[in-house]
Amino acid sequence: MGSKEGTFGGWVFRWEKRLTSSSQINVAIPFISIGLALLVGGLVILFLGFNPLSVYRSMFAHAFFSRFGLMDTAVKAIPLMLAGLGVALAFRMLLWNIGAEGQIYMGAYAASGVALSMPGAPAYIVLPVMLLAGMAAGAFWALLAGIPRAYFGANETIITLLLNYIAVFWVDHLVFGPWRDPGSLGFPITRAFSSAARLPSIAGTRIHLGLAIALALALLLYFILYHSRWGYEVRVIGESPGAARYAGMDIRRNIILVMLISGALAGIAGMTEISAIHGRLQPGFSPGYGYTAIIVASLAQMHPGYVVLVSFLLAGLLVGGFSMQIAGLPLAVVSMLQGAILFFLLGSSIFARYRLTVRRKELV
Amino acid sequence: MDSAFYIAILTAAITAGTPLLYAALGELLAERSGVLNLGVEGMMLVGAVAGFLTTVATANLWLGVASAMLAGGALAFVHAFLSITMRANQVVTGLALTIFGTGISSLIGRRLIGVPLPITFSDTPLPFLSELPIIGTVFFRHDPLVYLSYLLVPLVWVFLYWTRVGQNFVAVGEDPAAADAVGINVNLVRYIGVIIGGMLAGLAGAYLTLALAPVWLDGMTAGRGWIAIALVIFATWNPIRAMFGAYLFGGVAALGFRIQILGWPISPFYLQMMPYIFTILVLIFVTYQGRARKLGAPAALGLHYDREDR
Repeated sequence: MGSKEGTFGGWVFRWEKRLTSSSQINVAIPFISIGLALLVGGLVILFLGFNPLSVYRSMFAHAFFSRFGLMDTAVKAIPLMLAGLGVALAFRMLLWNIGAEGQIYMGAYAASGVALSMPGAPAYIVLPVMLLAGMAAGAFWALLAGIPRAYFGANETIITLLLNYIAVFWVDHLVFGPWRDPGSLGFPITRAFSSAARLPSIAGTRIHLGLAIALALALLLYFILYHSRWGYEVRVIGESPGAARYAGMDIRRNIILVMLISGALAGIAGMTEISAIHGRLQPGFSPGYGYTAIIVASLAQMHPGYVVLVSFLLAGLLVGGFSMQIAGLPLAVVSMLQGAILFFLLGSSIFARYRLTVRRKELV
Repeated sequence: MDSAFYIAILTAAITAGTPLLYAALGELLAERSGVLNLGVEGMMLVGAVAGFLTTVATANLWLGVASAMLAGGALAFVHAFLSITMRANQVVTGLALTIFGTGISSLIGRRLIGVPLPITFSDTPLPFLSELPIIGTVFFRHDPLVYLSYLLVPLVWVFLYWTRVGQNFVAVGEDPAAADAVGINVNLVRYIGVIIGGMLAGLAGAYLTLALAPVWLDGMTAGRGWIAIALVIFATWNPIRAMFGAYLFGGVAALGFRIQILGWPISPFYLQMMPYIFTILVLIFVTYQGRARKLGAPAALGLHYDREDR
């Protein structure tokens, strides 16, 4: 069995491979990672001339302990949850779909197209059509990478990422060009959607129906992954592709299906965001939800249940980051912290696979 | 459309291709040693901001280049530590590098937006060579960093194919167990490959802020790091082909920019999409072509090496 020894001073360090992965450690690692990332981020914030303690205190006080901030956290958790579920499913099968951002943009684009072309339609018609259009557009965008991957083995990581840029330029083209509202005084925005095309909110709050959709889909994905034959296939392919092939599983078909569902979930995120929050298509409507979704899925260890929890956590980080802009600290502090969280998560995941023992060197 | 137009595009293809070339050469070295680093975009950004900051502070371009390479190499070290020593997933580690690099470069650069650079790498025509018809204009009326990249390509080629250390790189990327058996320190070679790769990505970023732009903007690499990774596949891990590829990709970007200046009735956003669409199509085509024969990827690319797992 794999084991490795190193000595330092009078101590002996020994890595031993764990036979089974430890569940306590799996649960503890994300929290430890966030803690260590905040520590390192604090040093950077200190270096930039801010007091990290007061920055963090006001970030978290705003995001989790104020009525307005808490609501904002819940609202921002919705697209993270939806896109995060999609990323988690793809990563589960070792399909590196990092194009959720572009899939969100395409979902928003298609949903906007429906809303703008059906101004008189009642909500019970226009909203489902918008949802389907958003799903289809997100799925289509993911398949642009999924099909070349399935049939020729083209690198889906690079293609999904490059498609993000194209999707953003496509939306820019529309709102600066053919879709621009003539009455917008030159702002790059489309006409406002009819009120029927706005996803309803819970009375008195900004939390919208997207939350219910996201939670229902998380539950559905959980049952598919852990209690269906297809979910079993996805997990086997992800854990040992060789065994899956030997067992006669159709890997090509599963790549297509997983990319399709993954993109559709991000597309829904785009639809709910544009319908509930903005009510019109506009550039830069997503503050990088698709990229944060990658962190959500990784912290959640690709488990749909944890995706729900982690998306609230990272939404809080985002909301806190927004509140810090007033103090002069740019939103980039959030991406820095997100990157650092991932570093520690990746660095400590070795502890789930190996056991480190330290003992005094024996005097022989 | 006269010949001057084409010469202008070719000339612009070289300058637009140079950052891609540096970044691709760096990634090529890392991948040859068997480590995939998807953090090129992040390393370019920290290089770009570090180079700009240093040059603003010292008015010395070469100090700027040095600190850009240092910053890129430092971030690459994190990737090397996580993916080689801690055996973390290389894809996700690379993504983390890009996310972290985007954030920290923007934080460091928050006071640098709109700040003018006191000095830039300016075009210095090479004596005699720049007088050659067409070739002189296209290749030899550039800034020193472009000439440096001309030297670097044959250097990397000779290193990989004709030196002992370079052959060790190739061996480690192809079959780490066999390399280990003949006494090559697999992890050391991989650390060196990843860190040199990061230094070159940092240099690529510095080219943007010290020569091409020359300003600092958040996220100004605009996907060039990802295009460079695609370029390595296009080049089938060969530095000479990487050079042609970089100028081809640079040419596509330059063409879009020129068409925009000419005022053709095409949406500027379509023109901006061109390099990304082109990269995707080329990537699909190259993998489609390479399906039958071997594409040339290092056999152990992206895999951890653990002596006990042999």
